[in-house]
Amino acid sequence: MNISNTIVGVRTLARKQIKRINRIWAQTLLPSAITLSLYFVIFGSLIGPRIGDMGGFDYMAFIVPGLIMMAIITNSYSNVSSAFFGEKFGKSIEELLVSPMPTWAVILGYVIGGLYRGLLVGLIVTLVSLFFSNLEFYNLFVVISTILLTSVAFSLAGLLNGIYAKKFDDVTIVPTFVLTPLTYLGGVFYSISLLPPFWQAVSQLNPILYMVNLFRYGFLGVSDINIYFAFAMLFVFIAVFYGLCHRLLDKGYGMRS
Amino acid sequence: MGEKALSIKNLRKIYDNKFEALKGIDLDIEQGDFFALLGPNGAGKSTTIGIITSLVNKTSGQVKIHGVDIDDDFSKAKTFVGVVPQEFNMNWFEKVEDIILVQAGYYGIPLSEAKPRCEKLLKQLDLWDKRNDQARMLSGGMKRRLMIARAMIHNPKLLILDEPTAGVDIELRRSMWEFIKKLNKEEEITIILTTHYLEEAEELCKNIAIINKGEIVENTSMKKLLKKLETQSVTLDVKDELDNLPVIKDFEISLVDSTTIQVLLKKGQSLNALIKGLDKLKIEVDSMRNTSNRLEELFLDITKSDKTKNDMGGETR
Repeated sequence: MNISNTIVGVRTLARKQIKRINRIWAQTLLPSAITLSLYFVIFGSLIGPRIGDMGGFDYMAFIVPGLIMMAIITNSYSNVSSAFFGEKFGKSIEELLVSPMPTWAVILGYVIGGLYRGLLVGLIVTLVSLFFSNLEFYNLFVVISTILLTSVAFSLAGLLNGIYAKKFDDVTIVPTFVLTPLTYLGGVFYSISLLPPFWQAVSQLNPILYMVNLFRYGFLGVSDINIYFAFAMLFVFIAVFYGLCHRLLDKGYGMRS
Repeated sequence: MGEKALSIKNLRKIYDNKFEALKGIDLDIEQGDFFALLGPNGAGKSTTIGIITSLVNKTSGQVKIHGVDIDDDFSKAKTFVGVVPQEFNMNWFEKVEDIILVQAGYYGIPLSEAKPRCEKLLKQLDLWDKRNDQARMLSGGMKRRLMIARAMIHNPKLLILDEPTAGVDIELRRSMWEFIKKLNKEEEITIILTTHYLEEAEELCKNIAIINKGEIVENTSMKKLLKKLETQSVTLDVKDELDNLPVIKDFEISLVDSTTIQVLLKKGQSLNALIKGLDKLKIEVDSMRNTSNRLEELFLDITKSDKTKNDMGGETR
């Protein structure tokens, strides 16, 4: 398959993902907008003023970047994990397996789907946040690159989950018991400088901490983590997740006997 | 003779549970052939097809599709193959047309090329009116035809049909046969067919392999295989009611009812001799048919004798 044929393949797979997201928008786009609006109302407007400043900023201004990032992470992840597992469960994944599309192109097609939903929901949540807070950019390059890299990283992580999943429970267990706790403990609602040194060190094992802090740096110019180190960690996560996805898809893990 | 459409050498498959599904099979299929791959359930047919289409990883052996070794360039080898699997494997919520266009895209065919071909296939398979329906709304027969259209969208040179007419009514089965025959004759597509309807294999296929317990136990032309029949039974409907059982020298005849007789033809006995014999007795034949499918009798003989050999610890091929 030459490169122009492969591009057609990637475009087809990506278009299929995007069609799916748009077709079931009430399941894919709406829930995050509603949930995050509630976060803005409860944590930002009602509880926020009682908390006061966080890291030298109004609490609402502090949590907005983290909440947008949370929406991007969960949506990129769950889009790819559920789309891939759905195809595997219904056996329509065989349409892809029998085709000559190279593994990297299959991964790219799914990641574009994850990016589309992650970015679209991120945009919706950002628009909602404007009702509660004035967003100003400190460094637009950091904001955009963090969004893209985070969405790619979690799309790949979602794909890994989809590949490993054997039943529907498996695609909900990881987001519920791993992703959500990591997101909540990733500095969305607080600065890790508030934690005792031991828990600060433990927090640094959480990949979401780097993304939230990078993103917050793009808006507010403050971060608990060195931003170059945070970027490096993002690239490491992407490389590791991609490598695992490639290996498992090549072997046809859970799909080829 | 050019390269083979499919060449399999010493292909083995042992599943994780240690079940040996293929015990080193060899198979060559010429380009343009209409080939039947038959065998009882669990014989290894689907495993073989799975390996050719990359849905099953082989344990060892060599598979070449149009001269391309799947170990060297499976991506290229896959471009030659279209497959209609046994089980429905489509996204139920996608529209008929989208399912085919998406498959075209996976093969690198741009929409501008895929759309007219998709229209042609859907019209040929009588699905054009259903193009905007979701796959889940189709009947079983329509789903089968949709899978054939999907398998054909990239113009494969080798089409694998894994029980394509299972659950399809007789009328539709006949029309699918015509479509498949046309593909083989006019577009010179090599076809491999597995089926449980043995009359289907007899009607359509030129060559045949019978696989049993992971081994090819017969690999020959359909004609040669049918010649191996020691006996075959034919049923004749006669015009006038018979008072007595007709007697013709060397023929074993039984009376089914007053206008129907059954004749057991031994190897070497010709139908002409039978008809001449009946003519001498002034018995006029209205119609004639095989009492049971000839291939079915052979198939049972071959798989049974293979079982007997195995049970006796004898050699099997």
